[in-house]
Amino acid sequence: MGKKVFLATGSILGLSLLLGACTPTAEESTGERAEPTRTVTLLSPMTGEQKQQLERVLAPFTEATGIEVAYEGANAFATVLPVRVESGDPPDVAMFPQPGLLQRFAQAGELVPLDTFMSRTQLEKSYPRQWLELGSVNDRAYGLWYSASVKSLVWYNPQEFQRQGYSIPQTWSEMMQLSEQIVDDGKIPWCLGIDSGETTGWVGTDWIEDIMLRTAGARVYDQWVNHEIPFTHSAVKNAFEEFGEIARNSEYVVGGVVGVLSTPYGDSVNGLFRQPPRCYLHRQGSFIESFFPQDVTLGEDADVFPLPPMSEGEDVPLLVAGDVFAMFNDTPEARALMQYLASPKPHEAWARLGGYLSPHRQVSLDTYPNEVTRRQAELLMNAETIRFDGSDLMPPSVGTGTFWSGVVNYLNGKELDRVLQNIEDSWPEES
Amino acid sequence: MESFLTKLPVHVTLLVICAIWLLPALGLLITSFRPREAILETGWWTVLQNPFDANFQLENYIQVLTAEGMGQAFLNSLTITVPATIIPIAMAAFAAYALSWMRFAGRQVIFFIVVGLLVVPFQMTFIPLLRAYNFLGISGTFLGLWLAHTGYGMPLGIYLLRNYIGTLPKDLIEAAQVDGASHMTIFSRVILPLSLPAIASFAVFQFLWVWNDLMVALVFLGGTSDVAPVTYRLSNLVGSRGQDWHLLTSGAFISTIVPLIVFFALQRYFIRGILAGSVKG
Amino acid sequence: MEILGRVFNVFLAIAVGSGGVIALFIALNYAVERLPYKWRSRLLPWVFVGPALLVLGLILVIPTLITIFYSFFGPATETFVGLKNYIFAFTNNDMQVALINNVLWIVLVTGVSVSVGLILAVLMDRVSYEPIAKSVIFTPMAISFVGASVIWRFVYAYRPEGDNQIGLLNAIVTSLGFDPVGWLVERVNFLGANVLGTTALLAIMIWLQTGFCMVLLSAAVKGIPKDMIEAARIDGANEFQIFWRITIPTIRSTMTVVATTIIVLVLKLFDIVWVMTNGNFGTEVVASRMIKEMFKFNNYGRGSAIATILLIAVVPIIIYNIHRFRKQEENQ
Repeated sequence: MGKKVFLATGSILGLSLLLGACTPTAEESTGERAEPTRTVTLLSPMTGEQKQQLERVLAPFTEATGIEVAYEGANAFATVLPVRVESGDPPDVAMFPQPGLLQRFAQAGELVPLDTFMSRTQLEKSYPRQWLELGSVNDRAYGLWYSASVKSLVWYNPQEFQRQGYSIPQTWSEMMQLSEQIVDDGKIPWCLGIDSGETTGWVGTDWIEDIMLRTAGARVYDQWVNHEIPFTHSAVKNAFEEFGEIARNSEYVVGGVVGVLSTPYGDSVNGLFRQPPRCYLHRQGSFIESFFPQDVTLGEDADVFPLPPMSEGEDVPLLVAGDVFAMFNDTPEARALMQYLASPKPHEAWARLGGYLSPHRQVSLDTYPNEVTRRQAELLMNAETIRFDGSDLMPPSVGTGTFWSGVVNYLNGKELDRVLQNIEDSWPEES
Repeated sequence: MESFLTKLPVHVTLLVICAIWLLPALGLLITSFRPREAILETGWWTVLQNPFDANFQLENYIQVLTAEGMGQAFLNSLTITVPATIIPIAMAAFAAYALSWMRFAGRQVIFFIVVGLLVVPFQMTFIPLLRAYNFLGISGTFLGLWLAHTGYGMPLGIYLLRNYIGTLPKDLIEAAQVDGASHMTIFSRVILPLSLPAIASFAVFQFLWVWNDLMVALVFLGGTSDVAPVTYRLSNLVGSRGQDWHLLTSGAFISTIVPLIVFFALQRYFIRGILAGSVKG
Repeated sequence: MEILGRVFNVFLAIAVGSGGVIALFIALNYAVERLPYKWRSRLLPWVFVGPALLVLGLILVIPTLITIFYSFFGPATETFVGLKNYIFAFTNNDMQVALINNVLWIVLVTGVSVSVGLILAVLMDRVSYEPIAKSVIFTPMAISFVGASVIWRFVYAYRPEGDNQIGLLNAIVTSLGFDPVGWLVERVNFLGANVLGTTALLAIMIWLQTGFCMVLLSAAVKGIPKDMIEAARIDGANEFQIFWRITIPTIRSTMTVVATTIIVLVLKLFDIVWVMTNGNFGTEVVASRMIKEMFKFNNYGRGSAIATILLIAVVPIIIYNIHRFRKQEENQ
């Protein structure tokens, strides 16, 4: 080894330190220093087409204010966000797919309350009270709701209904009679698929929640979600059994129980549009329309009716879910973005793109591009009882853990009492 | 001279195993050329039954390749992967040499720890490590990501290379020592050339792991377009709700091309005779 | 121009990152070589292992120690709970299923991928189309994980009877006249674990990892001196005798290394289970349980305890390797 080599390598080492300092860092790109452009960082689980829509909706904001939105989309959102926050490097603004994680960060004092820069009246003018409460902790609002999805919907093919002479059921028992009639006609009434890879189970828990709202009522539903009644309560057991009447009945569901467990939820709906149809009814949230085959026209080949109440004349309780924005870093840019998101403008822009419902009160029904979406928005606006997806509100070890796997195990043949006891046991002790 | 006939069982066995291994990948390749609707309608092998009716299209590949920022993402992936492969190889090779051919106290303990660390799930290190990075100011830099990957790959590297270097013939090293060569010279002139098969195996392994990684990059580097790797672009193309099989499959093949090139480039190091030749010569 | 600048930056970063580490060793070695002999011989080993130890210490050892410490604490790692997390890990029903499945994973994945890898390594040594055949087996390793899970979804896909089967296995099964099978879903129970579903999942791992076994074992097989085999042939040994008496004993150490690597990979593996079934239908494994507790349920205490159990599970493997390491040195 000559001296030359040593000198050369020494200078490379020096360079490497220099480069370490020069490589772009996340902080630098937020532009706190001499950067001329102002930016706000945004982390969300949205990828693919949804991400493009989000960017399109945010474009007017950048145009008007000159603030760039540095967007990061991550399918592993639920892992990446807590790691970033724990290590002291959160994004300025994050979009949560459920309020549970938001509430946890709010309780830990990681989030900036909206009332530090928005007035209560402004918030109340924009959002219904129930939605504001879902994004609040200790009476301080943290979350700006962005999209809402209505889950208590049954999709059907109006042309096939007409051809067979089926009519839209007004009560639960009418719906079961219709199912029986379809079986008598030698066909299968329901398409149901719960496979969703790493999130398998939510389709089933949505069903249970919808049935709970109808059989036990909103008050018991709230007690159940808050664990004021145990999971082994007879009302819960009843809801599971009611679901089993459909999902575990091999005459009622395409492919029997194995079909229910193996079919991806996005594929299962396609049975409605096959020739001849594989099934006639499909209970799923408003977002399922993004899975429809391209040649399906909303209103002609696909329509919805609300999942009926138990008996005639009762109001239709709505099960909903949604995406919500919250702010981690109190910068002027982040405030500006939150102000923009609280205004009706981005909500209307997205509504025009279709496949989206807004909980914002100032979005007029005329904004929605078609009749079917408008009907869902109307349901959302007029419903007397709205309840948020319960599994999203339960502690994650239940809501995304044993409740999910419990429904799957129940369908897979495990004894119901043991399933419920297992979920009950997994509820974390008060901390 | 073995005739073709005596080798027939060998050919048949290889053919069967290769066919089993090839089938799923062939399915992926064919699927990647089919339109989204057709993928859900019929099995991919139906295409083979009447290849002329098959509705093959390049659409999926065009969509993936022309996605915004794909070129930059390829550059970013290279920037991440090459040093994150070479740094652990260098460190592991030196350490493996020392553990095999240098006498010093604590060698056994070090080996014990290294094997134990093989099983440590890297997810466990995220939070402590990112805290340290923020403190040092290297979070969001390539340097930080290189170091993280180096750490995660190091136990396997040391383990594989120590095993290989430890089995090299003692005479070789002793002969060099008699000639007055220093450890550095023995390492670079004798050990490294002889260990190429093992180094190539580890290099392939580490390269693949870093190239296909998404999680570690997202945590330590972030997903903004100036640093995000190819895997991030791909995952961004695929929506979280739609079943974009057509994009997933073509994306999988595009991201496979670079690792395959690496494998073919390194394959010549797996050939016979490196060791035998050098012992004789 | 801008593109050229970017490409230049990439090459600079690669050169500096990769060159830096080599330069570091040369510089350290240069500095130590200047020292008096007594110091030199003492310090030199640490120059060689030092950088590796430093990185290992900072990136793996310290976080591991923290994890072991956390395993005695509650979900938010604030309250001391003693052995409670460990008691949970061994009494919880899902965890017991996961432990049984892990045994199945270790035995089948290690057994099949090492033996198939060995057969391939030996047979391919004798044919002219070796590079092509090798790359066929190797390709799965190069496919990203997302890609692999897509492929296997299409292998196991289930469509109800009467529909077009788009899954390869069910297409074969139905064309033979049987009903389609829900490979991941239908249960063949063994102590509460689902043998059918678990085998379907671990087949994916075998498919992915056999290439790695083959590459390492093939390097070892090619390292066997040709004269040794020729001599045995002249003595009248047939191919099977050569395989059992010469090939296997000569490459035994590599086989141990390959098996150890696969066992460790299997113990850590969670993504296949995670993506394909989320541990439902009795297919849970220990590592996927750990990731769930840590990142989904935010129970750092439990997650850490399960991680520590994985660490303890490799102790016998560590001991065997140390034993082998000592023997190797005695022979030197």
